[in-house]
Amino acid sequence: MSAIFTLSILQSALELGCIYSLVALALFISFSILNIADLSTDGCFTLGCAVGAMVTLSGHPYLALFAAMGAGICSGFITAFLQTRMGVPSILAGIIVNTGLYTVNIAVMGFSSNVNLFASDTIFSLAKDKVQASWYDSWYKLLIVLAIVLVIGILLSWFLNTRLGLSIRATGDNEHMVRASSINPLFMITVGLCVANALTALSGAILGQYQKSCDINLGTGMVTIALASLIIGETIIGKGGMFQRVIGVILGSCLYRFIVALALRLNVPAEALKLVSAIIVAIAISFPYLKEKSRFYKMRSNNPGINRKEENTNVSH
Amino acid sequence: MLVIDSVSKTFNPGTVNEKKALDNVSLSLADGDFATIVGSNGAGKSTLFNAITGSFYVDEGRIILGGDDITYCKEHTRSKVIGHLFQDPLKGTAPHMTIEENMALAYLRASTSRHAYFSRISAKEKAKFREQLSLLDMGLEDRMKQPVGLLSGGQRQALTLLMATMVTPRILLLDEHTAALDPATADKVLALTEKIIAERNITCLMVTHNMHQALSLGNRTLMMDGGRIVFHVSGDERKKLSIDDLLDQFRIRAGKQLDNDRILLSK
Ligand SMILES: Nc1ncnc2c1ncn2[C@@H]1O[C@H](COP(=O)(O)OP(=O)(O)OP(=O)(O)O)[C@@H](O)[C@H]1O
Ligand SMILES: [Mg+2]
Repeated sequence: MSAIFTLSILQSALELGCIYSLVALALFISFSILNIADLSTDGCFTLGCAVGAMVTLSGHPYLALFAAMGAGICSGFITAFLQTRMGVPSILAGIIVNTGLYTVNIAVMGFSSNVNLFASDTIFSLAKDKVQASWYDSWYKLLIVLAIVLVIGILLSWFLNTRLGLSIRATGDNEHMVRASSINPLFMITVGLCVANALTALSGAILGQYQKSCDINLGTGMVTIALASLIIGETIIGKGGMFQRVIGVILGSCLYRFIVALALRLNVPAEALKLVSAIIVAIAISFPYLKEKSRFYKMRSNNPGINRKEENTNVSH
Repeated sequence: MLVIDSVSKTFNPGTVNEKKALDNVSLSLADGDFATIVGSNGAGKSTLFNAITGSFYVDEGRIILGGDDITYCKEHTRSKVIGHLFQDPLKGTAPHMTIEENMALAYLRASTSRHAYFSRISAKEKAKFREQLSLLDMGLEDRMKQPVGLLSGGQRQALTLLMATMVTPRILLLDEHTAALDPATADKVLALTEKIIAERNITCLMVTHNMHQALSLGNRTLMMDGGRIVFHVSGDERKKLSIDDLLDQFRIRAGKQLDNDRILLSK
């Protein structure tokens, strides 16, 4: 292990894994729970970073996190509004908002395509000065992101077990039932998307402070990466209570970062990284299906009585 | 309790698929009435229920429930006071949520305050759910933490019935709710239905394809065809009626044989 991974690589993979896990948690709400593919994720991530960066620049790094979440909520509300009140199909609603956000994001950054925070205080630089200890100097970033992610994870799993959370989960689980039981599905979709996008934007804002910069293309491909993390997480943890699944998603995100770090260690050139990501994503997403399929083949080969000619009709599903 | 006044509904008007599914339907149910509905396939029975629950707005007419005009009420507002069971047992419950969570959702109807949004299921409610489940006599009270998707169709339908009546509805709509179950389970769910309705004097409309049930259950029988109620019988007249009489009446009023692919003539 240590031959491939140095401690610092491991550490930064964990840090990034925690930061990006918030986006994976957002997709956990929109994709796994509400059954909606929210394609505004990319733009919303950049929005969070941009808003967070500008507020940080003005000297309020903590406020920046909340401002970013507020911006995320607005973005989520618009996506939800388009699909629940204007009859726009959910995928299109996401794409439309994503496109619009590009301009919004540029505008937020003062019509420039990047902003840097090297001269500003960030939540990380402020926390660093709090404690003087040599171990702390190398671990404080991880401690901060870990704390944030754990708090969010606990809050989220608490929320999903309140009546409002139950109603949101039911909305994605069985539309007929929801309509028959006095729950307004449109309201639940709206709340769900607002919460999800708040998390996405928060992730963007933390990443901005972490790397002390914000770039207009920061969010590109975010939805695919988060989806991969989500699916890795759901595959390793499987079914269970809400808290267990939330933890699974966070672990999935960290695992994804390890895989990327491994690829980088194996001297995959930086230009090839997107391709590597795409391959990881494809494997992660098809993994549950392949597992099921291999079970079928195993079952068939263990059952000598089967008629080989029926193969085609059997596999076709 | 329920007054349906000259309600009509046409689907896809002005297209080749235009279909008049409800044609000037009027019906009035008193408090505690239990009416069974039989009719051919496509007669508009499910559509009538959907008009009451508000999954679409009717083109003409009024629907009044418990004195309130609900013709233009939103679906989720109406469902606070309407219990609706579908033929498909999968439609009534959320499969990936536990029995307890499903019941908590049904119990949401009871709460009127918005503060309830952020409350969790209390121990008191759990005890209440447990007690109600034990009445089903299906062992579900010991499986409250299991996802509903693991239950059989009959168990799910019994649970749905419990959920629909947990807060006594102004009207209970049963749309062939035992049709997809095996005979023994269907009998059990039906017995449970009768018990709950009788105990709490719930006003109820029930679609059935079982002619015996159509006459033996409840106090009124309706027959539908082509979006209209073609025959309506209650009281002593109904008591004297045999299944053959009922089929004869249908033939006379609708001008054709009762044509339903699921029909059961005998018990
Ligand atoms: N949402 C809809 N859009 C278009 N047509 C519809 C819709 N709902 C019902 N219909 C049509 O209205 C007619 C009545 O349908 P309905 O489902 O009410 O029949 P039913 O009496 O319940 O029949 P069954 O015994 O088969 O359940 C059918 O011709 C059906 O195709
Ligand atoms: Mg029907």
